[in-house]
Parts: sequence; structure tokens; C-alpha cells
Amino acid sequence: MNLPVAPAARRAGFTALLALAAGILLVFLVLPLVALFTQAPLGELPHLLSEPVLQEILAVTLRTNLIANAFIILLGTPTAYLLATRHFPGRALLITLVELPLVLPPAVAGIGLLAAFSAGGLLGTPLQEAGIGIPFTQWAVVMAITFVASPFYVRQAIASFEAVDPRLPDAARTLGAGPARTFLRVSLPLAAGGLVAGWVLAFARGVGEFGATIMFAGNIPGVTQTLTLGIYEELDSNFDLSLAIGVLLVILSAAVLLAYKMISSWRSISTSTSPFRPSRSLPR
Amino acid sequence: MALDLDFDLSLPPFTVSAALSVGAETVALVGPSGAGKTTVLRAIAGLARPSRGHIKLDGWPWFDAEADVSLAPEERSVGLVFQDYALFPHLSVRKNVAFGAGSDRARVDEMLERLQISRLAREKPGTLSGGERQRVALARALARRPRVLLLDEPLSALDAHTRAEIKIQLRELLADLALPAIFISHDFRDAVALADRAAVMVSGAIRQVGPVEDLARRPTDAFVAALTGNNVLRAIATPDGVGSTLTLQDGRRVRVPTRASGPVGLVIAPGDVRVLADGAPAESSPNALRGAVTGLTRLGSRVEARVGPVDVECRSEDPASARLVTGGEAWVELPEEAITVVPVDNAGAAAETESKSP
Repeated sequence: MNLPVAPAARRAGFTALLALAAGILLVFLVLPLVALFTQAPLGELPHLLSEPVLQEILAVTLRTNLIANAFIILLGTPTAYLLATRHFPGRALLITLVELPLVLPPAVAGIGLLAAFSAGGLLGTPLQEAGIGIPFTQWAVVMAITFVASPFYVRQAIASFEAVDPRLPDAARTLGAGPARTFLRVSLPLAAGGLVAGWVLAFARGVGEFGATIMFAGNIPGVTQTLTLGIYEELDSNFDLSLAIGVLLVILSAAVLLAYKMISSWRSISTSTSPFRPSRSLPR
Repeated sequence: MALDLDFDLSLPPFTVSAALSVGAETVALVGPSGAGKTTVLRAIAGLARPSRGHIKLDGWPWFDAEADVSLAPEERSVGLVFQDYALFPHLSVRKNVAFGAGSDRARVDEMLERLQISRLAREKPGTLSGGERQRVALARALARRPRVLLLDEPLSALDAHTRAEIKIQLRELLADLALPAIFISHDFRDAVALADRAAVMVSGAIRQVGPVEDLARRPTDAFVAALTGNNVLRAIATPDGVGSTLTLQDGRRVRVPTRASGPVGLVIAPGDVRVLADGAPAESSPNALRGAVTGLTRLGSRVEARVGPVDVECRSEDPASARLVTGGEAWVELPEEAITVVPVDNAGAAAETESKSP
């Protein structure tokens, strides 16, 4: 017969086991980041970041992401509103299609975009006849980013529109507002916090895009070379520059994550319905 | 001005059917929760689409299934006050009210003034009390000068003190507006306080419509009788001469002047039950019952108690009220002219209700 282990000791042992697992995972996750900052020539950072090569890379990244984000928001918002507020057969399938790029390997996204838009592709011939060649241009970068990043926005946007109390748009309608005015004055402002949070995630995914871009747009300096492609390109020729870009992206990503969390917590405070305050008596 | 409804709307597990004509008056739609009351208001406002029938204001169809007419909510002139008000949380009180008033600033000021919420104009709804929210919701609904006013449980979210206060103000407001107005309540006392007429709705169907007083005095079924605050005792009726004898569940017998047979409900208002001062019935009163006194409450000059199976209400000036002592027993009489016999639910045509007590 075994001696019974004291319950307190057993509980402490379990907690120690949890802590050990957490510790190992945390070290593994943080180590590359620490290495990045210790290996990067931080003193030379200002100099490295002002190199013309990097300036060019930054300009391409900024321009392509701005355009892609504009597309994502302008097309994604109405799509999300439609999917959140209308119930029709096939809706679940549509939502799945919109979300699919989330789980698709980026390389598959790249080969798919090539299959659709390259010469000889699905739409390649009519596009070619119209004099439009997309692959390996800056538009290809924009399309790759839009393809992989839009689900992050649309998913969050659907959830945000669904979270709006349906009686509020109903109230707006009975107060004389048509569907468009109801959307602009009630649904959109009430979902705005969630939309911004979704956009922040989509933006982060877009800046980090690599696989689909390198396949569909190539890695052409000054045209399609973005920050992530830059890291890859400079790996052999200028390792310090690669590290510098890495540091830059870590800072950017951390800022994005922080912004997302701040927006989320602000949202949960501002949209929660507070219980009724005790009545104030009326002025007589 | 008249709002005419006659429609069916499928709301599984039942169908909501409403047939009602509302003039420039306040009608209460009373019933238990889940009876389909809110759906009736949503259909009138254009937020739910009936499968059959019509909704007309002064003869103009807002909805007509046969003519395939269904105006959008914004095209109907309806002020709808939602149950917990549905104020826009991101807009100030003033902007909430202005939402329905368009660019008519004077109208917004007038409504804020009228509902005594001018001082709250810059506040967001989240900071308001229940009573204040309701005023804002009313002001917002009325700002558009609706031709029909719909109120969903206007009193349920309020504490007792605010409720009493709002009741009085709401009654004045409704009288001033002189619009077809429908309000929903699960409490018949609200209907008594605010409405001219009431419709009782159960499981999607309107059971009885009429002046509030009639519903309480002359209910046509056991449910309406109980909802309006009457005693409802189950009994078996046996025709007997010009009337019937009702045998209560405990075997006691009561004479009624109504001819009925089979299972029925004996209905009598608590105020009509007579407490016998002598302590024992005279030979000539066959409808006397003896029972234990429970739940005695004395509030001001009102005395309420339960004697055996019936609720009794009398005034403390009545010497008989001295007979009501907690833990004691008392004799009460059910005067036969005060008794109504109604069919009990799911019991078919049990009662010949053609001759009702006067």
C-alpha cells in the first residue's frame, strides 16, 4: 500500500508542472527575439535604416499595404455587413469561403493567384488582350496582400456587426431612417471599434506577407520587394541590414498587438450596457 | 383616426393572429410573456412581415398580403418605444431625440421640454436611470410626429416608485396625443391604469377584447378571469331548474343562475365575496363557505385575505372584517348574482355562457 501523498503537496506539485511547461515555452518563444536584439548592431541602426535600399523597400511596403488596406476596408466592410445582417441559404458557405485564406498556406495563395492572373491562366488571356499584365508588378503585391489579409478584417467585422443589438437598427428604421442611413448612423459607429481592431490585425498580416508575394510578384528591388522580402534578400549580402529590418518589424508588430489589445479592452468597456442608475427624482 | 389590424404571422410553435381596430384611444395588449405581443407591435411597425391579412391606417394599407403591399418601417408613421428602450448608446440624449426629428431643431427642443429631459440633453444613455431612459425613448418616438404610438412594456423596467410616477405622466401624455396607441403589458393593473380598452393575448391568439372594466367583470374564459384578478374555481356543473349547481373540487356546492354542465370555472371578484358578520350563514344563503383564514393583509382601510379557496377583499369599516383573523376560520358567501360561469381551458364547450350574470 502506498502512503497517501498529502493533498497540499500534490497541488503544489501540479502547479510546479504547469510552471515548468510555461517556462520552457516562454523561453523558446522569446529567445529568437532576444537574439535579434543582441545580434543586431543597434548602434548602427540609424545608419542602416537610412540606407537607400531600405528606403526603397519601406516605400514599396507602405504603398502596397496602403492600397491593399483600402481595398480590404472598402470591399470588406459591405461584405461583412451583408453576411452579418442577412440570412440566406448558402450564407455559411460564403463565410467559409471568405475565411479560407486564413488557413490556406501562403504558397498555395501564390500559385492560385498565378493560375488565375498569369499569362495562360484563367483570366490571363483576356487580361493580356486588354494589355494588362499583373504578375511581378506592384499590383501583384497589392493583390497578394489583399488575398491573405482580408479574412482577418472581414471575420472581425462580421463579428462586430453581429454584436450590435439588432433592436438599434430596428429603432432607427421606425424613426424614419432608410437602410443606408441606418448603416451609416447606427450600425457602422457601433461596430467601429471592432472594425479598427480587425483592420489592425489585417494590417499586421499584410506587412508580414511573404509567401504569396514572392511567388506571384517576385522579389524585384524597388518594385515588389517589401520588408519581409528584404530580410530574405539581404540575408547573404548584408546580414546586418536583415537584422535591422527584423528589429524594425518586431517593434512594429509589438505596437500593432498592443494597439489591438487596447482597442479591444476599450471596446468592451464602451459597449457594455451599464445597469440602470437609481432613479433621480424629477424636478418639480 | 383608426388603425385596423387583421393578420396572421407564423411564430413557431404557434401563429400570432391579431384582429383589432384602434381609434384615437389607448389599447392595452395584455398576456403572459411569450404570447406574441411584441410580434404584433413589430408587425405594425413593419419589422416583421405577416403571412396573411392587412394593417391599415385610416384605410391606407401599410400592409396588405393580397395586394402585395408592405411599406418599409421608415415609410410608416409609427412611434415604437422598445421594451428596454433601445436608445442609441453612442449618441447623446439630444441626438437620440433628433434622430427621428430630422432637421427640425424646434421640435427636438419641444420634445426635450415636454418630457422634462432638457437638462439631460448632453448625456449619453448609459448614464441615465430607467425612468430617464424611458422619457428619452418616448421623446425620440414622438419627435417624428407619428400617427400611431406603440409601447412595449413601458413600465416593466422601472422600480416601483418611478413606475407610479411614470404611470400618471404617461396617462396624461396619451390623453394629450389622442393617437391610436397600443401598449403591451403582462400586468392587467397597468391596463386598468392606462388603457381605455384591453385585448388579452394567449399563445398568439386574442382571447377577449373590450373595455378594461368589462374584461374584469365579464370575462369569457378562465384565463381572462384569472388575469383580471378574479377568483377562478374549478367545478363540475349540473343543470338544475333555471340555473345550475356547481360542485367544487372539495365537494362543496354553489348555486348559480346560469345554466351550465360539465367542467367549468366559477368566477367571482374578491370584492364581491361577502364575509358573514354573524359567523354562521342564514338558512337562506346556500352559497356560504367556511374556510381557514390565511394571507391576511390590512393596508389602510383595505383588508385582503384568503378564506378557504377564495380571495376576499373588504373594507375595515365593514364590521364583518373583524371575523378575518389569521389562524381562525370564517364564513363567506358567494352571492349568486356576482358569479360568472366560464369554460375552462381545453375543456370544450363546457358552459352555456349565453346567460351571464348581470
